[in-house]
Parts: sequence; structure tokens; C-alpha cells
Amino acid sequence: MSISRRDFLLSTLKIAAASALPLSAFKILSPAEARAAIEATSVRWGFLVDTYKCVGCGFCVKACKLENEVPYDAPVTRTWVERYLILKDGRMVADTPLGGRDGFTKLEIQEEIVEPKDVSKAFFVPKLCNQCENPPCVQVCPVGATYQTADGVVLVDRTWCIGCGYCIMACPYGVRFFHPVYKVAEKCTFCYHRINKGMKTACVGACPFGARQIGNLKDPNDPVTKTIMTERVAVLKDEYGTKPQVYYIGLDENVR
Amino acid sequence: MSSHVLRPLWVVIIIVILILVARFVIVPPDFGIQERGFMYGYHRKSNEDDWKAFKVKYKTRKYCKDCHPDKYEPIMSSKHRIIQCENCHGPAVDHPEDPPKLVVDKSRSLCIRCHARLLYPRTERAKIKGIDPEEHNAGMECSMCHNPHKPDMEGW
Repeated sequence: MSISRRDFLLSTLKIAAASALPLSAFKILSPAEARAAIEATSVRWGFLVDTYKCVGCGFCVKACKLENEVPYDAPVTRTWVERYLILKDGRMVADTPLGGRDGFTKLEIQEEIVEPKDVSKAFFVPKLCNQCENPPCVQVCPVGATYQTADGVVLVDRTWCIGCGYCIMACPYGVRFFHPVYKVAEKCTFCYHRINKGMKTACVGACPFGARQIGNLKDPNDPVTKTIMTERVAVLKDEYGTKPQVYYIGLDENVR
Repeated sequence: MSSHVLRPLWVVIIIVILILVARFVIVPPDFGIQERGFMYGYHRKSNEDDWKAFKVKYKTRKYCKDCHPDKYEPIMSSKHRIIQCENCHGPAVDHPEDPPKLVVDKSRSLCIRCHARLLYPRTERAKIKGIDPEEHNAGMECSMCHNPHKPDMEGW
């Protein structure tokens, strides 16, 4: 077999060009993937709660209520703190007086005085909207008043909500309630007005102990993302398949 | 076609048109399927901006620092530096324009959020110096003896 110099050079050039094409150039994208690649935002808000650090002062609840104009004395709140005591006799008692708005200042819990010497373990658990990846509260809305933003926060359109209360029933975490003034469904917004200005949420800012943190889960250098990726964290009610985006350090099995 | 068929048909067509016109007037133009698809993203897009425009009330200590260095400096060198100014002084909102003066919460109930003694094992709470609010000088304001900006020193 003979080959001319010209043909040899041409073939070499063709082979070099073909092998330079990456395999991914031949990958067929589904329309959803293609759209995601174009429109995907670089932000996905997530929350991290360190239950070891919480002392039950309730400053987060107070700050949330004042920041978000949730009626202060009404028995409703967007975030709250629960106290759990596992007693040495095996019983568990838990309470959240006024959602922990005024802190935990008494040994009295569920109308009984529990002395610390009878407690085998104790912890405070701050709770708020989990901003689920698959929010069941949004699926049940019959009018499109509640929705998830591109950066993962579930919001309620107050002008569009008809107050039917389906979402309040659908939330497995009980974070939604009926706003006594606006007469619509109300929930934690991750302080959407603050996080979009580069601030922390009101509860994160008010926490003196660093028990609450908010971060961008799509940024691998974000301290919250780093902790979630490297530490042992858990979410609430994983079995519901809602994919909560509030992660807990030191979550006990007794926490519901 | 006979008129007894046509007449109700016209009524139905007019009702459908009326509903479509009403829908066009009532439903905002930016209402529809957004980024998160039909299941999670079906909403009025401009509501996101409504929420973004919500008023910020807690301005954090950066806001206080420049005008009140005499208060800011001492507390930042004390154990209470972890507490934001607004936790006790209330949200700044647009202070000093509105409100011109913040009302300081000097009540005992504020201090005992952390300093009511709860010696639960293995909690950070047990490590905080605590009192029994009913026995420790009941009825008196904590700040009569303790300076909240210099909690290590007794008195003012």
C-alpha cells in the first residue's frame, strides 16, 4: 500500500481534529436538562441548625416576629424552639411555651417540675420552614398562591391566597399557619428580603451562639455547604420524601 | 339548524366568552409557570419582588457602630459581644429618623432568657452563669447591679 505525502498529512489532520472532540459533544440532552443548564441559578438557600449550641434563649423567635410583622402576642410564629428532656426513668417530656419567644426560664415543663438531676439528656431544637425541594404544601395549593422560587424558597402570594388552609394541613412539619391579620396562609420566607440584600436572616443574626446558619448550597466554598458535606447531619422526617433543606447537627431520634 | 338548538348554544358561547374576558382581566399577565415548573413554580412572578421589597428592621450591629462607638467598643471586649445590640435595644428600623429613640428592654425577663439557671447535663445552657429568678433579688432590675455592657464587673 502506498500513500502520498499530501494524503498522509490530510488524514493525520482529520484524526487529530476528530479525537479533539470531547465525548460530551455527542451527548443528547433532554429538554429539561438543556433548560436547566441555561436557566439554572447559582443559588439554592439552605439552613444549618447546630442543636448542641442552642441554649433556648428564644432571641431568634423574638427577632423573627418583629422583623416579619407576625403578631407578637398571637399564638402563631414562623420559627420556634422546642425543649426536649429525656428522663432517667425513660420518659420524654417536651414543650415550647409561646414557641420559646421569651426563652426557657423555668424547670417546669408540661405542668411538672423536672429537676436536672433526673434528666439523662436534654436539648433545644430550633425549628423553621424546611424549604423542601419537593414541597407538599405547594402541590396542594388550588390557586397557585404558594410556590417555590428558582433559588429554592417557598413563598406565599398574599394577594392570591384564598385562605383555604390546604397547605397548612399538608405541611408535615407544621410550619404554616393562618395569618390573623392578612387572613392568608403564612410561613417562614428565609427572610427573603434580607438574604437577597446579602444579609443573614433575622433569626441567624439574633442568635448569640451561632446555632443557626444560612448559606448557599450551590456554592461549595460556603461554610454551611462545607459543614453539610463533611459533618454528620440529619433532616426532619426524611421518610416523607420532601427533601428538607434545613439540616441539623446533633438531631436526636426523639425529635419529631 | 332549528332555533331551539341554536338559542341555548348562543347562551353557552356568550357565557364562555364572558368567563374568558373575566379571566383575562383578573389574572395578572405575569401569572404562569415559572422556573420550578408546573408543580412548584405556578405563580405570579412579581410576587417574588413584593417579598424582596419587604422592610428590613433588624440592621445588625454594623449599623450601630459608627454613631455609638462609646457603647460598641466596651461591649465588644466583653463576654456579651456575641449578643447583637438590637436583641436588647429593639430593631433599629430607620433610627434615628424613625423611631428617633429606641426603647431598651431592661426587664428581668430579658436577662433570664439565658441566665435563669437550667443545669441540664451536656448542654451549653448549663455552662452559662445562672440564677434562680425567684430567689435572686426578685423584683429588681438586673441592670441596677450588673452592667450589661460590662458583665464581668459588678456595678457601674
